Amino acid sequence: MDTEKYIASGILELYVAGILSEVENLDIARYAAEYPEIQNEIKAIEAAVLALTKAAAPKEGAQIHLAKVQAKIAAAEAPKVITIQPENTNWSSYIGWAASILLAVGLFWMYTQNNTLKSNLDNSTQVNSALEEKIEEAKTSLEKTEELLSTIRDKNIQVVALGGQAVDPNSYAKAYWNKSEQKVFIDAQGLPEPPDGMVYQVWSLKLNPLTPTSMGLLEDFITDDTKVFALNNPNESEAFGITLEPAGGSETPNLEQLYTLGVVSS
Amino acid sequence: MELEELVEKFRMKDAKAFEKLYSMYADNICGVIYNIVKNTDIAQEICQDVFVKAWNNAESYNVSKGRFFTWMLNIARNAAIDEVRSKSHKNSKQNLSSDFFVDILEDKNDLNTQVDAIGIKSLLTNLKEKCVQIIDLLYFKGYTQKEAAEELEIPIGTVKTRNRSCIAQIRGNIAI
Repeated sequence: MDTEKYIASGILELYVAGILSEVENLDIARYAAEYPEIQNEIKAIEAAVLALTKAAAPKEGAQIHLAKVQAKIAAAEAPKVITIQPENTNWSSYIGWAASILLAVGLFWMYTQNNTLKSNLDNSTQVNSALEEKIEEAKTSLEKTEELLSTIRDKNIQVVALGGQAVDPNSYAKAYWNKSEQKVFIDAQGLPEPPDGMVYQVWSLKLNPLTPTSMGLLEDFITDDTKVFALNNPNESEAFGITLEPAGGSETPNLEQLYTLGVVSS
Repeated sequence: MELEELVEKFRMKDAKAFEKLYSMYADNICGVIYNIVKNTDIAQEICQDVFVKAWNNAESYNVSKGRFFTWMLNIARNAAIDEVRSKSHKNSKQNLSSDFFVDILEDKNDLNTQVDAIGIKSLLTNLKEKCVQIIDLLYFKGYTQKEAAEELEIPIGTVKTRNRSCIAQIRGNIAI
């Protein structure tokens, strides 16, 4: 290495000025360690810069301030007093958020409540109308019953008890005969339900000689709640009988299937 | 004690070594800062802080940072320039170049204050204006070669050679 040329380049002056890169600094430090003339040159340059900078110092100089520097270092190195910062909670913000969340929850709750109430109201309305229908039905049923009652309480009514016969001795029925209106009400409560394909047929009987005349069928026996059937009877009946016949009825009664029979008292 | 040994002890946070280094360089560091901030009290304050900072970062110093003095010089310049900028002195290095360290030197000389063993006048004997400028930029203000070349409107290569000859002149004056 041509140290003279290197020194003459002026790079060492820049090195002392501290304006070179770290790589250049490392290179120069290495050269300085290797070549004493470079090391000496650096020291000489530094001495000149030290003289200049020292001359630029404030009049009082800096030496007197060593104690201040030491005090600052001591203060920085002293165990730090950790001041507990009072929690700087932004309450108004928290309250604001809480309030808006509460409001949202409240609105949602009221919305669902409203829907529940609406559906409850719908249900109630439906139940209500169902009940009203039932009341109507009951009223109608009551009217029918009253009508029936007033019918069979009519002074012109003649009551004929029909007793159970050999087929079913426990069965019974009653006939309420309004001769003037030529109507007979058969109360068939005491008859068993007819098997499928069969129907009860009511007969008006003349006894001497025994002459049966069909008065009609007890249709829809199973579904009729009151089991009271109104039939026309223009005959001069001496007795009433009820037989079980094939659906649609028969011309003449099947006496083997005679369930009840009752004689009209004269 | 050799400087290298002293600096190594300083890196290990040896308080005595720190005191020694302070006495060696405090005036220089404060001089550089004073040249930038131009206020004695502020300069002293920053100067103290720079040494505190140096102590706190002692182990970070190594030869890649240059000479120990150079390392301190960089810390001092940065702190002083930060101060000037924070006080919204106009935020550019250009504004720092309007005054030269030489003014401070001359002021002190005028007041006939005893500064140091080397007479300022002798230090600056025959120093040309262009030397004052370039030394101010490179040593007191920390301009790079390129920045100094732009500031002085000279070729970048000239910065190095001119600076060398200027420093050589001062070295000559010291030797007298």
